[in-house]
Amino acid sequence: MRIALLATCLGDAMFPDVSRATVVVLERLGHTVVFPAGQTCCGQMHVNSGYLDEAAPLVRHHVETFEDALQTCDAVVAPSGSCVGSVRHQHAMIARAKGSPELAERAERVAARTYELSELLVDVLGVTDVGAYYPHRVTYHPTCHSLRMLHIGDKPVRLLRAVRGLDLIELPAADSCCGFGGTFSVKNPDVSTAMLADKMSNVVSTRAEVCTAGDSSCLMHIGGGLSRLRTGVRTVHLAEILAKTEDE
Amino acid sequence: MTTFLGLPKPVTYAPEGVGNLRGDESFPHAARSALKSAQLRRNVGIATATIREKRATVVAEVDDWEQLRDAGAAIKADVMARLPELLEQLEAAVTARGGVVHWARDASEANRIIVDLVRETGAREVVKVKSMVTQEIGLNEALESAGIAPIETDLAELIVQLGHDKPSHILVPAIHRNRSEIREIFMREMPDAPADLTDDPRRLAMAARAHLRKKFLSAKVGISGANFAIAETGTLAVVESEGNGRMCLTLPDTLITVMGIEKLLPAWRDLEVFLQLLPRSSTGERMNPYTSMWTAVTPGDGPQAFHLVLLDNGRTAALSDEVGRAALHCIRCSACLNVCPIYERTGGNAYGSVYPGPIGAILSPQLTGMNGHSDPNSSLPFASTLCGACYSVCPVKIDIPSILVHLRARAVDHTRAQSAPNAELISMKAVAWAMRSSRRFGRAERLMRLGRLLGFRRGRITGLPWPGSAWTTSRDLPIPPKETFREWWLRERGALGSTEGDT
Repeated sequence: MRIALLATCLGDAMFPDVSRATVVVLERLGHTVVFPAGQTCCGQMHVNSGYLDEAAPLVRHHVETFEDALQTCDAVVAPSGSCVGSVRHQHAMIARAKGSPELAERAERVAARTYELSELLVDVLGVTDVGAYYPHRVTYHPTCHSLRMLHIGDKPVRLLRAVRGLDLIELPAADSCCGFGGTFSVKNPDVSTAMLADKMSNVVSTRAEVCTAGDSSCLMHIGGGLSRLRTGVRTVHLAEILAKTEDE
Repeated sequence: MTTFLGLPKPVTYAPEGVGNLRGDESFPHAARSALKSAQLRRNVGIATATIREKRATVVAEVDDWEQLRDAGAAIKADVMARLPELLEQLEAAVTARGGVVHWARDASEANRIIVDLVRETGAREVVKVKSMVTQEIGLNEALESAGIAPIETDLAELIVQLGHDKPSHILVPAIHRNRSEIREIFMREMPDAPADLTDDPRRLAMAARAHLRKKFLSAKVGISGANFAIAETGTLAVVESEGNGRMCLTLPDTLITVMGIEKLLPAWRDLEVFLQLLPRSSTGERMNPYTSMWTAVTPGDGPQAFHLVLLDNGRTAALSDEVGRAALHCIRCSACLNVCPIYERTGGNAYGSVYPGPIGAILSPQLTGMNGHSDPNSSLPFASTLCGACYSVCPVKIDIPSILVHLRARAVDHTRAQSAPNAELISMKAVAWAMRSSRRFGRAERLMRLGRLLGFRRGRITGLPWPGSAWTTSRDLPIPPKETFREWWLRERGALGSTEGDT
């Protein structure tokens, strides 16, 4: 399969290892990965902060970029439930709200072929064992948008269970939000931190070395708190775990 | 004046200065104070966790739960689509059965109508069924200033009233109080509380019961809200757990019911759907203990004078918003409050309105309007991480996250139109400009790399000036990487036709 990678703006700028890991996993499974270099941002931050006028051109830019990519690719993948959620549930809505039904239809076509990483692996490519080896005690935080917008269910857990050496510990109150919420984290810093505190105490209670998730943004939030408190727990994206093998 | 669906624009919002739909400070500020109370967080945390579990258990028993939700949503959408017609049908049915229907455009008008009606009876005391709408319009305050004593008869509302407090939850208004606090309130405020009262829940309930029983037997006027009103028959319905409602609805000579115009159901058979959805979503019960239904006046049985006050108070304004109007589908079950991670930490009073939590964050601003940045209700649509827990439990499938986003846009557009560009608008515009081109975005990323200097010693960024300080007061930030993914790809794979899609 020929797959276009949506690195996401945050992933591209701050977490390049996550996108590199995504490339590694997909290539190990025998697929070709393409990086449409025109890509920037899905516009989610603008939409969720109420700046639809500013978001609309970003939606158009995204649709045009990945429409082109899909001429030669079979699917688009992003290592982020949240960005895929935006592509799937917001792009067409924004286009319509801004009076462009034609763009909305194109956005829907792009969205229909855009997948979050675990969706692509499990549903489209039909694999749960990607040949990874990761000898660590790990707990998994299902991010809100992957859980309740994309309904990815236990796909990431099935992938993690197939990783050799990995000791997966269930996270208490796993489905409760970590308190990030994009600009919520700075508009409502006190509530955000209160939520983060509970998430961290649950993570720490598992005595895991690593907390993983499918979204770099949520991990940046949880990791930022765990680091501040010197808990010694690291945050590692699901893609990075799946990329590791015994050869490394 | 333009019209939309026959509704006049500009719309009329709930008036300021009357009722309880707006607090004094913005959500972030009110939340900061609320978060300081360890007692409140413990009380609300334990209570919401308990009720969440109960709900999940009883909902899981119903095989056709999703179909029931769809039916609930469809019936409510139908009601909103033909509200004028159904309201007139209700009025005709109630009038035909000997009731009197009053139309109140807002809280002030409703309060005036009710105060006048009570005055006509000569009563100095009224017994009240737990009702959100009377809290919304500030009826108790209006009655008190007219020299009429309103007696709350729901146990939790009584606790709130005696504690000179505000309700903090739609269903369990004293959720922020624990039993020892309740004992203290009773000892202080209830003259007939037994001297040896303990904080045993049963003892507390019995003390309240004895106190209230005298009130029920002497009251001449009862005041209630309504969970449902059936347009077809003119029947009103109240569902409750304690039986106090049944007393208020049957014992007094005069019954006054206030209801928001959105509470309608077209036909009797629609109750079948909602009487399944409501108790399971609300109290986590298969069926609520008391369901009272009445149709105006039944000669010789129950109240012989019945008044129905139909209240708008901003509902027509909400109805005129194509996206936002789904908030009017709400049946006040409070399932969204119980699963909301924000509500769980702050409690309800931080929202400033009698409608707290996710539903309050979309309902209150629509009823009052959002008057710019300084309006506390303009901050409510932002009081959410958009985690979606509310939507997943809503019995009538209100897509609260989408409506929150929609109202955020309305708040931003209002600010945009009213004032000079603020720092947030300017930075949002700048970021959007950079992100419309991958070249500009790449340059911005290289600029961000300067951030490495901020964390060069610790390997992470631990302190930033405002506005970044809002993040770094409690969280570290990773330092930007030496090489972005884009740069790595160009360096490693540049030859592989990587520029496709560049615009």
